[in-house]
Amino acid sequence: MRLTCPLCGPRDRREFYYYGHEDYLQRPGPDAGPEAWDDHLHLRDNIAGEVRDLWYHETGCAQWLVVTRNTVTHEILSTELVADRKKKGVRA
Amino acid sequence: MPELIAKTALLGKKPVTFAGTTLAEGDAGPVASIALFPGQDKAAAKALKPLAFPAPNSFTESEAARLVWTGRDQAFLIGAEPPALGGIAAVTDQSGGWATLTLTGPMAVEALMRLVPLDLRATFAVGQAARAPLGHMQSILFRTAPDSFTLMVFRSMARTAWHEIEVALRSLAARAALA
Repeated sequence: MRLTCPLCGPRDRREFYYYGHEDYLQRPGPDAGPEAWDDHLHLRDNIAGEVRDLWYHETGCAQWLVVTRNTVTHEILSTELVADRKKKGVRA
Repeated sequence: MPELIAKTALLGKKPVTFAGTTLAEGDAGPVASIALFPGQDKAAAKALKPLAFPAPNSFTESEAARLVWTGRDQAFLIGAEPPALGGIAAVTDQSGGWATLTLTGPMAVEALMRLVPLDLRATFAVGQAARAPLGHMQSILFRTAPDSFTLMVFRSMARTAWHEIEVALRSLAARAALA
């Protein structure tokens, strides 16, 4: 499996550290109740198909990426920098 | 005041040559990380002249210094003291934190490709740089001539990096001798 880092180019997946679903970018507000935090920290869907998750380019440029991939076909559909999402004003 | 002597990571290590390819320790001199603050590209370009801030996966050089891309909006200035960059970039002294190795010769590409999972043959031209693993080590790699590479690893990894590259060179030379 190879991931295309938006900065470094196509790299082996062993250069990356897997973190989890991109839900982690949607942090609840400080006043959110315990249910929201429980959901944020622990509750995940187990998707067969397209998922978006966070990967860290550990032995490369040290950037966090959002990778869209298909867990059924193993296709990598897109990769983007979390930092770029912030620039574009996506809530992160 | 005591006079302190800066020592390179592999001080006293003599260069080794196998099949015409030489592994040696380099002395980078001063190294500074320059991490641009958001939106400061133009101000940085002005302050860093004559060096241009490198595009990802490349380096720029002047007579005295190199500016090597090391991450998003970040580059290492090697070989010269950084200019004043207050408000433009976060500057961190990295001198002595990195070990520098040079590998020069006809087997440099083959030896490195045993350790670095990049295609260094066609797609990694002179002037290019990469953050890439060397075995299990994080490294900065750049090509300074068609048969010459410079590698930087964390200082604590210096001897491991040397060993790994030397083993690769030795086995390639042994194969070449048999052929």
